[in-house]
Amino acid sequence: MASAIQTLPKAAGTKVSPRTWRNIRNGLLFTAPGIIGLLWFFAYPIGASFFYSLTIYDGLHSISWVGLGNYFNLFKDDVFWTSLYNTAYFVVFSVPLNLLAAFLLALLLNQQWIRGLAFFRTIFFIPSIVPLVASAVLWIWVFNPQYGLINTLLSYIGISGPGWLDDPVWSKPALIIMGLWSVGGWMVIFLAGLQNVPVEQYEAAQLDGASSWQRLVHITLPFMSPYFLFNAINGLILSFQFFLQPFVMTQGGPAESTTMYAVYLYQNAFQYYRMGYASAMGWILFVVIAIFTFILFKTSARRVYYGGS
Amino acid sequence: MSVRVSSPSITRAAARGRHRTRGHYVGRGAIIAVLAVLTVAFALPFYWLLSTALKTSPQIFAVPIIWVPTPLQWSNFSNAISFFPFWQYLFNTVVICAFTVLGTVCSNSLIAYGLARIDWPGRNLVFILLLGTLLLPSQVTLIPLFIMFAHIGWVDTYLPLIVPAFFGNAFFMFLLRQFFMGIPRELGEAVRIDGGSEFTIFWRIIVPLSKSALAVVALFSFINSWNDFLGPLVYIRTQSKYTLAVGLSTFLGQYGSQWSWLMAASALVFIPIVILFFFTQRLFIQGITFTGSKE
Repeated sequence: MASAIQTLPKAAGTKVSPRTWRNIRNGLLFTAPGIIGLLWFFAYPIGASFFYSLTIYDGLHSISWVGLGNYFNLFKDDVFWTSLYNTAYFVVFSVPLNLLAAFLLALLLNQQWIRGLAFFRTIFFIPSIVPLVASAVLWIWVFNPQYGLINTLLSYIGISGPGWLDDPVWSKPALIIMGLWSVGGWMVIFLAGLQNVPVEQYEAAQLDGASSWQRLVHITLPFMSPYFLFNAINGLILSFQFFLQPFVMTQGGPAESTTMYAVYLYQNAFQYYRMGYASAMGWILFVVIAIFTFILFKTSARRVYYGGS
Repeated sequence: MSVRVSSPSITRAAARGRHRTRGHYVGRGAIIAVLAVLTVAFALPFYWLLSTALKTSPQIFAVPIIWVPTPLQWSNFSNAISFFPFWQYLFNTVVICAFTVLGTVCSNSLIAYGLARIDWPGRNLVFILLLGTLLLPSQVTLIPLFIMFAHIGWVDTYLPLIVPAFFGNAFFMFLLRQFFMGIPRELGEAVRIDGGSEFTIFWRIIVPLSKSALAVVALFSFINSWNDFLGPLVYIRTQSKYTLAVGLSTFLGQYGSQWSWLMAASALVFIPIVILFFFTQRLFIQGITFTGSKE
């Protein structure tokens, strides 16, 4: 029945066969949850957020239109600039350091001759999947200036450790160091990539007398470049939204040295009830992230090697 | 001239022989040393956690530092629990996670099927739009969502945390779509020709074949939900409804100077995930490989 209709030549003006209609219907039915989700949890909030950013709104009743007033006020807000600086500081140092550490760990764990590789992989990986709040609580103690782990170890080599989370100069470095503990997630991605590098390339290079260093630079790095890019972009986007540790560990202090952008945004929305102001902050963050991601893409285009095999 | 034997394995062995110099072994020794140092460095914070959790207060502030507390103060854990409702928080967290996982697996497998196994105009548009959500920082949608949920009375319930899971997630949708696209077309065609519905193909063919991918999605979404801090922080107001994450941060605020209890509570929050990891290690690695090799 249906097949008889399909074997007839399409009449002029008939564009869509019953089968296509059926596919459209089915396609829409299956993806309906996603489409509803797009509208309810993304399209609507995006529009609403933009609207709120042009108002002063406490989230409940009083709402008043201020046009671009929030944005102008933000540019005059010292804490806004501080939070932007703090966040940029964190991103600029933590993303490259994390990339390097994750890659080195992956190289280390890719040595097939090591026994019990799974054990080492576990030790490095677990900190990246445990609840961050628990890690935050632990590391507050680890960084304790008098009795904490780090300053105790430093004292064994004769160094009097800094105040870490209590010191405006050392608070951000402390957070960056803590972040390195969780590179396990990135490390595993690099490991997957290392295992995808064609073995023949290494063997051919070894036959040609290439040293380990040369093999690393001319084979491993090019094949790993897409993974670097993936981790870098991921890391960039996440780091700009850095929130939990500064919020839980230092509440943005001391002296606003750990007031990250996402922390200040949260404070504006949920402590001061300045929903419009906070919404404007959200849009600025979006633009900033987009710009940095674009720059990252553009500068990497020449260096990323998408060799398939 | 004699016949040259040059099969790959022999050439490889010859190359290896050339490299088994003393430098080779020194290099390997260095690698082991570095590995050992790093392993200690990464494991030390956990040791520090447990050691503090099992000390008495005077022992914590002792100088020089006591590395191995004797006797082990297990009472710190029971004391911590009297102020940190661990079991209550654990139950709450499990409930939220269970529903979230259910919603995530169901909705994303359906969506991925629609995008991967049915050919329809507009499916690429939907796919791109869904992927696009990954580029949006959560700060943009956080405030309107909160205001909306407040106006429909869902604040201080678990609904804002659970319901969105039933409406798709770009990352998991993508993962499953890639997987579904790898299943041969012919397997579905037979059912189509017999006049069966798409849902039959989905339920009887695709789903059974995708157990490993679905397990990965379940695991990762479970971990995400378990570790979620901002969601419960924003939406849950009553202490008895707190999750482990939020509960611990409140405990920190109230008992911040009781280091032994704090470390004990923190250890309690760590333990479920560590146990889960040990039971699902292979699934983790499989999951990362899905992400890694599809890039």
